Amino acid sequence: MTRSNPPRRVAVTGASLLTPVGNSLTSAWAALVAGQSGVGPITKFDPTGHKTAIAGELKDFNPENYLNKKATKRFDLFIQYSVVAAKMALSDSGLNPDAELTEKMGCIMGCGLGGLSTIETNHEVLLKRGPDRISPFFIPMMIGNMGPGQVAIELGLKGPNFLVTTACSAATHAIGWAFQLIRDQGYPAMLTGGAEAVITPLAIAGFNALNALSTRNHDPAGASRPFDKDRDGFVISEGAGLMVLEEWEHAVTRGAEIYAEVAGFGASCDAYHMTAPPENGQGAVLAMRAALDDAAATDLSLADIGYINAHGTSTGLNDLIETRAIKAVFGRQAEKLAISSTKSMTGHLLGAAGGVEGVITALTLKKGLIPPTINLDTPDPECDLDYVPKVARRANLTAAMSNSFGFGGTNGCLIFKAHSC
Amino acid sequence: MSDITARVINVVAEQLSVDATEIRPESSFQDDLGADSLDLVELIMAMEEEFDIKIDDDAAQKIKTVQNAVSFINSLSK
Repeated sequence: MTRSNPPRRVAVTGASLLTPVGNSLTSAWAALVAGQSGVGPITKFDPTGHKTAIAGELKDFNPENYLNKKATKRFDLFIQYSVVAAKMALSDSGLNPDAELTEKMGCIMGCGLGGLSTIETNHEVLLKRGPDRISPFFIPMMIGNMGPGQVAIELGLKGPNFLVTTACSAATHAIGWAFQLIRDQGYPAMLTGGAEAVITPLAIAGFNALNALSTRNHDPAGASRPFDKDRDGFVISEGAGLMVLEEWEHAVTRGAEIYAEVAGFGASCDAYHMTAPPENGQGAVLAMRAALDDAAATDLSLADIGYINAHGTSTGLNDLIETRAIKAVFGRQAEKLAISSTKSMTGHLLGAAGGVEGVITALTLKKGLIPPTINLDTPDPECDLDYVPKVARRANLTAAMSNSFGFGGTNGCLIFKAHSC
Repeated sequence: MSDITARVINVVAEQLSVDATEIRPESSFQDDLGADSLDLVELIMAMEEEFDIKIDDDAAQKIKTVQNAVSFINSLSK
């Protein structure tokens, strides 16, 4: 690894949120600190026959201000979310890439499943009407890297461009590698984060077959209840969360507003099971420790972490094992940490979750306000840390962590540092 | 305007996301209406659907305007 000396620093200078609790940074943040749930009955298709009939859908998503009619038709929903969120984040950053910058600025995104609804539609055409009726847009609408690909086409970004498909840790890994490309290889800026749009019959059926989804259909707003004794699975949701990362001097020179500094990134694998974490949470522990080691270059230590935006999916296993892993990493400091799962409100955006939660973590540092874990009525006795139940909390934070863990045992952890520090 | 012309224009408007009033018989799909090579493939498929016909690749290559399409469809019904 070629590190500069002293190491380059990386700033978050722009952000966007497209989530079930709001389609803009402002509206989503307001809902999150007010403890509002974005979960409701599935309207994208008729869920009759499925065990789960609830999801976190975007409300009133209207791409018209960002995409022309033809592009809207030719983009799978996850691509629409990618491009709209990218334009919103770039606009928020105030960065206006000139010809020199666009040759270096890249887009690295995470997505778990890509254009699944496009696959479902075209497979039905194949079976009913034969191979000659498959659209020439099927493949370009479906492949996952067309998310960052279309972002680059729309914005003219000619730097590194790829998609990370590490399930529910995808966007965290994307941000981590975008961060390292800037810090370690000298790229000036990156658009990064994640997008996902798979509230489809096949995805719901597939996750239901794994018994992974909440079936609390009578109480959508109470269905995602991380760390609660009565949690019964995650709530699938959709949307995007992107950020503009910028080399520190580049950001300061142009007078950019800085949300936070990206201080460290760690990744690991459980090497254990397809979908379940090991009892001791070793993979999660390794990812958090790797991120802390990585952040040591910015003179940040374990004692500086005051908040963790948990992966906190509301599944029986995740919340228990993540709690154990946090205790293993932080020791006695674990009891002093504020931890929250914003998935209690947004639901689980799968491959986009780390993008949304990375943005939320940066905002938490900037605003000194921690969004709560809602629906935490009866804490699981084995989940006995401070999860900031129900009500947002003011806190003067130095640094914060965002965890993401995915099927395949893949883990990612990002550390953000408050700008004033 | 013949019924076939009107139907072709509707298909083109829908496929290429352009306003039907902007489409004339002599409009070129690529030069006037912004179609790329993938759009053309899908447009030919949509015309096959609309008129319940088969347009082979050689014929498809020659259909570059609304009038080309109308003439081809007329030639089949004679």
